[in-house]
Amino acid sequence: MKYDIRQLKLLSNDQIADGIFDMRLDYPEGEIPVQCGQFAHVYVPGKSLRRPISVCDARDGVLRLVYQIKGEGTKIMSQMQPGCMVDVLAPLGNGFSVQPGKRYALIGGGIGVPPMLYTAAQCDHPLVITGFRNEKLVILQDDFRTAGAEVVLATDDGTAGQKGFVTDVLRERIAEVDEVCACGPTPMLRAIAQVCREFGKPCQISLEERMACGIGACLVCAVKVRKDGEEIMQHVCKNGPVFNAEEVVFGG
Amino acid sequence: MADLSVKVAGVSFANPLIAASGTFGFGREFNEFYPLSTLGGISCKGITLRRRDGNPPPRIAETPSGILNAVGLQNPGVDVFINEDLPWLKQQNTTIIANIAGNTIEEYCQMAEKLSETDVDMIELNISCPNVKSGGVQFGTSCESVGQITREVRAHCQKPLVVKLSPNVTDIASIAQSAEANGADAISMINTLTGMKIDIRTRRPIIRNNTGGLSGAAVFPVAVRMVWQVSKAVSIPIIGMGGITTWEDAVEMLIAGATALQIGTVLFSDPYAPIKINEGLNRFLDENGIQSVTELTGTVKPW
Repeated sequence: MKYDIRQLKLLSNDQIADGIFDMRLDYPEGEIPVQCGQFAHVYVPGKSLRRPISVCDARDGVLRLVYQIKGEGTKIMSQMQPGCMVDVLAPLGNGFSVQPGKRYALIGGGIGVPPMLYTAAQCDHPLVITGFRNEKLVILQDDFRTAGAEVVLATDDGTAGQKGFVTDVLRERIAEVDEVCACGPTPMLRAIAQVCREFGKPCQISLEERMACGIGACLVCAVKVRKDGEEIMQHVCKNGPVFNAEEVVFGG
Repeated sequence: MADLSVKVAGVSFANPLIAASGTFGFGREFNEFYPLSTLGGISCKGITLRRRDGNPPPRIAETPSGILNAVGLQNPGVDVFINEDLPWLKQQNTTIIANIAGNTIEEYCQMAEKLSETDVDMIELNISCPNVKSGGVQFGTSCESVGQITREVRAHCQKPLVVKLSPNVTDIASIAQSAEANGADAISMINTLTGMKIDIRTRRPIIRNNTGGLSGAAVFPVAVRMVWQVSKAVSIPIIGMGGITTWEDAVEMLIAGATALQIGTVLFSDPYAPIKINEGLNRFLDENGIQSVTELTGTVKPW
């Protein structure tokens, strides 16, 4: 059986920025290994749907999920107390494919930043470019440094790091890297895909879509992709969440 | 250990719990949780004559005790289903219902003919999908149209035929009677209730299709009421569905008049729900000295 639902003990669930929480779950080593960029489907008591949250980290027997309060479900998650058991279906989806010997630019925008941490931990001295709206939303900077990454911080309003977008930084530094991995809002991903195309760099992007089953059965989290010249519907949960940026039909 | 097996229109199900169409794909994914033989059967994702890509996303929104969906019948088409999915499904030792939808009555008939030559155990006529522009529910909302499509498909169908009814109608009992009179072997009900959810900040509907079908616990009392009404109006068996979440819901739906059950939305929060419901059902039967689950069907004592 490929899938299993586990009751994981909540170790901590702290607010680390404005409306952003860091949930740490006991995930004993020897559990199913997590690939960077995969996600966990978290059961929220009283809700009809699980909440898909990208894996921020999965080292040292701890499954770390950094999430933002976006609605009722994530609000309930933020109120879960250490010691309680959390019902988690993980790991799901196809994550980032990173190879040794390559230099990567790992780009995260807002709540798209967390999955880049575990990705950074798999890469050799990656360039991590993180973008946030303002200083109140900045997260994980020290974690990236500890993971051996060079981190660049940008905010839209210049209240922390340099003022501007992650794509501005990417344009300046893209010559240094072999490949780009990114997660964040769709307009950002579209802009990054464009820059990568311009400079001829491979680009993997992690997409988000409203999801139900999480395993590819219900077909709700559709994304249009181009394969062999034909446009087809694939699904974020099963075929993604990471896709080759060249194949994604934005706005499809 | 009570007998959980049921028969609908001569087709046997190992237990009354059937995965509802559209929530379970063609079974391959859930087979990674438990063997599909755990289920009484599977009603496969609705299939059409040709491949359909479905609606643009978002296709789902969460609502109080339920969800709205508008997938729009994304599927690979009947031929791919028959050639690539059905042979695998038939090896899984569970009962297979093919759910078919079309733009025209002719398309339904063509699919019924193709599927009649296969190993599917039953055909479910989907005339109740609220999320496609043509076909779907347009055939399911009047006695005349239900009667006509049932009659015509019946003439092309060599398999037991189940007609899946929409709750978005004024008088579901008379529609069920029309299906029965025109050759339906069973009724399955209810499909989703058309609903809408709007983001108050953007004033945009959450679902790109604007409206979607409501399912989940929110619709359960409506489903129970309708199954009860239809069970009094027809003599063919009913596969009851609509928001069944717990074993108590399953018992209630059987008592209301269902012979078998389909479960869907609960699978999204708890994929193991069918196993838990079967366990609870079995315990309830044993505790009450009931030998067979079939003894529950239609035993409601209305005031």
